[in-house]
Amino acid sequence: MQQTIKSPEIKEFPLFEGQQTYERITDQITSIPTDRHPMAWTIVFGLGLIGAFALLMALVYLVAVGTGIWGINQPVAWGFAIINFVWWIGIGHAGTLISAILLLLRQAWRMSINRFAEAMTIFAVMCAGIFPLFHTGRPWVAYWLFPIPNWTAMWPQFRSPLEWDVWAVSTYFTVSLLFWYMGLIPDLAKMRDRAKSQLARALNGVFALGWRNSAIHWMRWEQAYLLLAGLSTPLVLSVHSIVSLDFAISIVPGWHVTIFPPYFVAGAIFSGFAMVLTLVIPFRILYPKLKDYITMNHIDMMAKVMLATGWIVFYGYLCEMFFGWYSGNQFEQFLVVNRFFGPYWAAYWALIFCNGIVPQLLWSPKIRQNLLVLFIISIIVNIGMWFERFVIVVMSLHRDFFPSAWGMYTPTGSDWWLYLGTIGFFIMMMFLFARFIPMLAVAELKELWYKLYHGHNGHGGVHAHEPKPTAPAPQGGGQ
Amino acid sequence: MAHGTTEPKLYGLMAEFETPDQLLEAARRARDAGYKKFDCYTPFPIHGLTAAMGVKEAKVPWTVFTMGLLGAIGAFSLQVWTSMVDYPLNVAGRDLLSWPYFIPITFEGMVLAAAFGAFFGTHIYNRMLTYYHPVFNVPQFARASTDRFFVCIESKDPKFNRDEAYRFLQSLNPISISEVPE
Repeated sequence: MQQTIKSPEIKEFPLFEGQQTYERITDQITSIPTDRHPMAWTIVFGLGLIGAFALLMALVYLVAVGTGIWGINQPVAWGFAIINFVWWIGIGHAGTLISAILLLLRQAWRMSINRFAEAMTIFAVMCAGIFPLFHTGRPWVAYWLFPIPNWTAMWPQFRSPLEWDVWAVSTYFTVSLLFWYMGLIPDLAKMRDRAKSQLARALNGVFALGWRNSAIHWMRWEQAYLLLAGLSTPLVLSVHSIVSLDFAISIVPGWHVTIFPPYFVAGAIFSGFAMVLTLVIPFRILYPKLKDYITMNHIDMMAKVMLATGWIVFYGYLCEMFFGWYSGNQFEQFLVVNRFFGPYWAAYWALIFCNGIVPQLLWSPKIRQNLLVLFIISIIVNIGMWFERFVIVVMSLHRDFFPSAWGMYTPTGSDWWLYLGTIGFFIMMMFLFARFIPMLAVAELKELWYKLYHGHNGHGGVHAHEPKPTAPAPQGGGQ
Repeated sequence: MAHGTTEPKLYGLMAEFETPDQLLEAARRARDAGYKKFDCYTPFPIHGLTAAMGVKEAKVPWTVFTMGLLGAIGAFSLQVWTSMVDYPLNVAGRDLLSWPYFIPITFEGMVLAAAFGAFFGTHIYNRMLTYYHPVFNVPQFARASTDRFFVCIESKDPKFNRDEAYRFLQSLNPISISEVPE
């Protein structure tokens, strides 16, 4: 059943490369977890593991000593914990955008990156959750944040955006996990069917929940999948909007602005796509089989989304300057000047350079095809988005109203230790994912391939088969 | 059927096809032949297959809708009850029923419950959460998750007769026909 993939109307934008068949798509992707893994996998996974242990130690030290080990104090009480929380949550948003919003918009190119991006979402939200949890100072009573009756006889403050955040982030994590797992079930069934060892068969069989590819099951699966996409779309917009309300509901200069929700969501997608590129480019090198499915066209599309969302973010920066001036409020006006020329000027200009200037390189089609340059740009954007949160959190707090209440914020070694620890944990999880789970959505890719090439040369190589009955033919009557 | 008592019960007869179009045709003809209890097995969802089989249902969407509604009502009532009845907090005489402040959590509650409805609804209706199913007994069936398309006429069907079903399946020109033991 060898079929060529060149079909007239999609020549300009091939979503697959190589000679594809259903069998080849299946084998290429599902064989990755069972193949021998490249040496680089072991090395990077090992680094991630060290990072994850560092994270664990950082948390032990934090719980034992208290949040005094961080650089936070009055007036900057939020510091790294909130910067990193917003940064990680933002990174997660690209996964949901790819898996849900692009599904509803019927963007065929999402099919080969959705599984990967959703895994990134889940791990990024895990990293994000650590920060506010431990920033409370007493993580062992974190259950007070949920409406669980307890000995204090009090309930959470439902009128606070911080409580909304608890609901938004935990719902986001749960729904992302369900959505991801839902898509994964048919592929786990495939892993079960091709497993060689008893253990792999049993484990994949248990997690596949008895999936048997029935047409009626597929129908319900598709209904549920589409509905989950429909639910995730407003959900993902609500999550970063609510995160931005943590800031916008206060009266702190620079935070009390209506542009925050859309500007936060755009920034989240911008940074998320940067992280997808940061991960996809090395994974394509590590697993060359992926190159047939994550083509240069996919990379090109992601770069374009980055360019577009980068401009929305930059528009947000311009709006902030305008609001500062137009408010007529001396504290807001001072904030803008303080951003340009205050003690943290370097962070502000780094942000403008990383998020405003560098992404303009993506206008060039040549650069969108140059993996090394793209990889460097994606790292720069990740750094730039981190600076954006630094600018928002630290610069507004450190010089708010009375000069007598001003202060400076300097992160300590423990701040960096915890932050780098979450990056290590994230890398470890991504590499474990690549090791055990099909990285691309096999069934969805086959469906896409069927839809794209059906009716052109979808029947090209099919031979008329003589029936080869494996069951005994009817006795007595009949033939 | 002249089988001995030790013979395993028959779950159904299964035919294997090479292309989605052959399967669509098979499903249409099985429906027209009057079979009710039959199912198709495909490596990916095929548009129009359930329509060809004559199956139409919207249980999952209704479950999601009901769960979403319950989630929204539940989350809103929780906030109203805790803030107005169980622990009213008078903050400078402000309204206890500050409903706009309850909207974000009401929305999150709706999404959470609806997503659980979608996930668990699908698997409960699919009779999943199981490890074994008779169709796995057919050796070729492992390819149902790769590149082969199957139709299985089940013995539960009132019209099921092994010989007739066999001849019917053979008329569809499949690659193979197998018995599926229970």
